[in-house]
Amino acid sequence: MYEPSPQNAFIKFCERVGRTTVSGVEEIGHGGVLIGESFYWLIYGPRVKQPVRLGAIFQQMMEVGIHAMPIIALLVASIGAMLAIQGIHTLRIFGAESRVTIGIAFSVVREFAPLIIGIVIAGRSGSALAARIGTMKINQEIDALKVMGVNPVRFLVVPSLIAMVIMVPMLTIFGDIVGLVAAGLYVNADLGISMAAFFHDVVDILTIDDIMHGLTKSFLFAILIAVIGVVNGAGVEGGADGVGKATTRSVVQAISAIVMTDMVFAFVATR
Amino acid sequence: MNKHANNVIEVEDLVTHYGDREILKGVTLDVHDGEIMVIMGGSGSGKSTLLRHLMALETKTSGTMRILGQDIDNLTQRDFFDLRKKIGVAFQGGALFSSMTVGENVMLPLYEHTDLDQMTMEIMIRMKLEVVELGGFEDLKPSELSGGMIKRAAFARAIVMDPKILFCDEPSAGLDPVVASALDDLILLLRDAMQMSIVVVTHELESAFKIADRITVLDKGHILMVGTVDEVKNSTNERVYNLLNRVPEDENMDMDEYLQRLTGVEVKEETIL
Repeated sequence: MYEPSPQNAFIKFCERVGRTTVSGVEEIGHGGVLIGESFYWLIYGPRVKQPVRLGAIFQQMMEVGIHAMPIIALLVASIGAMLAIQGIHTLRIFGAESRVTIGIAFSVVREFAPLIIGIVIAGRSGSALAARIGTMKINQEIDALKVMGVNPVRFLVVPSLIAMVIMVPMLTIFGDIVGLVAAGLYVNADLGISMAAFFHDVVDILTIDDIMHGLTKSFLFAILIAVIGVVNGAGVEGGADGVGKATTRSVVQAISAIVMTDMVFAFVATR
Repeated sequence: MNKHANNVIEVEDLVTHYGDREILKGVTLDVHDGEIMVIMGGSGSGKSTLLRHLMALETKTSGTMRILGQDIDNLTQRDFFDLRKKIGVAFQGGALFSSMTVGENVMLPLYEHTDLDQMTMEIMIRMKLEVVELGGFEDLKPSELSGGMIKRAAFARAIVMDPKILFCDEPSAGLDPVVASALDDLILLLRDAMQMSIVVVTHELESAFKIADRITVLDKGHILMVGTVDEVKNSTNERVYNLLNRVPEDENMDMDEYLQRLTGVEVKEETIL
């Protein structure tokens, strides 16, 4: 009876590792090309009478930004209140609970608002983008665009990319406000510090650098979410099963990329 | 330069691979101006791949292709873009954009490539939808249409820019005989009324014989023959005869090769009990 030899199994393992590595590098390269191509169409498109349509950008901005506001408000408010609860609990040990505002302000603006919003948008809009492009690919809609002389990157990718790059930082500002208000309400209820006093402290503590720190991160997250969504959607093979896998992959990769970028950014920005 | 002044498509010695697999093995083909050329063949014969090459959606290994007199290897991006506007494609599944209405789907090429005002575009799409007998359906979404209506809407979108060449991928596939016959009539109408050159890929014999001016028979990446309907029907070529009469292919497969394909390893005598 035929049995595979250990050498064959090892060679197959090496082949699999090699193939996965090459495909990973290919995907990163594909993402880079996509960003370059997006800039090309943004700048060069109007000259060849193929401008990026404002209507498509606004439509995506509504989808990515406005429709996501309720869930983001809920999550960021919970995070703000949670930070206040934990902060007061910890500082009470030292009798310094009135200083809780410092921790809340820095944590919400520099860390939690951009991170939570990045994760929500990756799960909500990044996955939707991967699914949409994947479905269009298997239904030959991408081919249809090409044969009509409509560049798919200009038509599909650039509006989503621009919408994300505008709306994720905007949502971060929104998240900063909601998170701080929720934290302020808890602090008011627990410590009796008025909202006016709370926000007076917040304004005193935070600098433009702190706000820009959060916004720059959210800008990077937006690019990562859009590019990962598009690369996974464009790589769909097969039918509905392929779309499902690409969608899941897109969410996992985007969240991983966001968390790792956050860590690297925090390290670099605090040097 | 064109071999014949009235050729709209000239393909010479086209070879293409998917990975290591050779799909088209030196295909040479001409399509004349104003004719309906049907490309026929069994599954895996390479007819869909050939069509994708004609639509410039695939990269070939070697060979030359001239579409409307232009060598597609030597086109600038702008020329290539202009050439695209002279070609219409009706995909097998319609490939309508599900987020848009039928009217928006048909209007898209006009919106992208012309400076026409909204009202003119709306009049034009209504006219095209009337041609394909879908007048009044412009506000419906593709999900609200039947299979035959989706194909008609795809035809409307394909012809909205009045292309010189129309490519149709399996237009009658999955349709009942009455609807399929109506689509065949539509293809004939487009040739006669709009003077289009039409390339149709199909494996439906009845449909092919009804609409074709000439038929190209493909088999395993080779062209078996090119001829009129009568020439193909009366062909003495055994493989053409088998295809037309639905005779199953006689496979004389080597047992070692079969086992090697199953196990993925080279099969020697001692590996088999």
